[in-house]
Amino acid sequence: MSDSLQQGGERRRDSIGNTLIVAVSLSLVCSLLVATTAVLLKPKQQKNRDQYRQAIILDVAGLRDPGADIEASFAGIESRIVNLADGEYIDSIDTRSFDERDAANDPELSIAIPDSLDLATIRRRAIYAPVYIIRKEGRIEQVILPVYGTGLWSTMYGYMAIAGDGTTVRGLRFYEHAETPGLGDQIDDDAWRAKWSGKQVYGPDGVARIEVVRGTAQSGADGSSQIDGISGATLTGRGVTNLVRYWTGPHGFGPFLSKIQDEFNGNE
Amino acid sequence: MATNEARKILIEPLVDNNPITLQVLGICSALAVTTSLRPALLMCAALITVAALSGAAISSVRHHIPTNIRIIVQMTIIASFVILVDQFLKAYAFETSKQLSVFVGLIITNCIILGRAEAFAMKNGVGMSFLDGLGNGLGYSAVLIIVATVRELFGSGALLGYQVLPLVSDGGWYEANGLMLLPPSAFFVIGLLIWGIRSWKTRQVEQPEYQIHEVHRGQVL
Repeated sequence: MSDSLQQGGERRRDSIGNTLIVAVSLSLVCSLLVATTAVLLKPKQQKNRDQYRQAIILDVAGLRDPGADIEASFAGIESRIVNLADGEYIDSIDTRSFDERDAANDPELSIAIPDSLDLATIRRRAIYAPVYIIRKEGRIEQVILPVYGTGLWSTMYGYMAIAGDGTTVRGLRFYEHAETPGLGDQIDDDAWRAKWSGKQVYGPDGVARIEVVRGTAQSGADGSSQIDGISGATLTGRGVTNLVRYWTGPHGFGPFLSKIQDEFNGNE
Repeated sequence: MATNEARKILIEPLVDNNPITLQVLGICSALAVTTSLRPALLMCAALITVAALSGAAISSVRHHIPTNIRIIVQMTIIASFVILVDQFLKAYAFETSKQLSVFVGLIITNCIILGRAEAFAMKNGVGMSFLDGLGNGLGYSAVLIIVATVRELFGSGALLGYQVLPLVSDGGWYEANGLMLLPPSAFFVIGLLIWGIRSWKTRQVEQPEYQIHEVHRGQVL
């Protein structure tokens, strides 16, 4: 008897009606669970993301104080959005809500990069970009620009700090990439990052000529725009060269940086 | 008796029936997240949570799951727990969760989880299924921790980020073994581990599946 009961139960369990009921109720319960968690944890996650970005910006600006509160240290930094085409500030967009990566994928907010100019091989870029400005006594002391481009395996995302003269590098830091562990990933290395400080982005003719060379940088004037290459990571180094040249070039932050240079020279 | 069985369910997957070294499941994530110990530990915690909770959840509804959509139901439950864990990691262990990137999400496709759901949770009670998930998660973790320890120690001379062997590049004496940071090294370490365990527990050595038949001239098979 129990056999026939079990068979009956199994048939009922496998009926179309029951299958639908189980499928629908399972989907409801699971989606409710997932949605609730996602909504409840969202503020905390957003805060983590903001803090992570702020910490990197502070780091590349050389203002990171391990003991201090990140948000408090970041409060002294001015966040602006610029129109890359002419380097003008755009005040109508909130820097907190602007996401450069989303914007680069949004046809309305991005433009295609002509092949001949696409050094960083990123195909599209956002029309606007966030910049972070640090002032001392009213004058621009340094600006921090988001940069990214293709390396050997991955898109490398980073921030670059440039001094108030608009050409001297203060620092470059990548926070997301998937370059070869042990070789290309040394672009994250403190020792290598330190080599960027003080290098000149632009040559005397105003063209971005900064370069990661193979081997060691030359001494003297020629070396002022050269950074020692990482042995075993020539292609990653080339990617870094290209993306830095693109973002400091005429299609990147070039117009903005030339405004900074004018302001610097005008003030002198 | 019940506690004996429970202990068996919990302890057996550690060595005797280890999901990685005996069943050779879940290898992909074992390769990907073991370059250093910290992400490996987080991955272990995530997998244990998902294995135990999904085992218990699937077991609790096992009498209502229609057989024709049972895998879909199992996957949905597993996927929901994976998303929950991922959301919690992003909120409370942000830095390390960035290193794990997609691999937390890929727990959904981890053979260990679905294997235990189908093979154990569908046939056993809630408590036992929870323990089974816990045990298998721990078995997976044991291997991951061993592999990650070897790889981080020899690959970057550190453990949990603390420098143990001073590197030549920082003025020490240890020349980091770059191979250890690349995926193939995990294969070597896991292979050596399987070799070691099977030499110790010879019962795990598999019988050859085929015997090559010697064919003599004129013989028709």
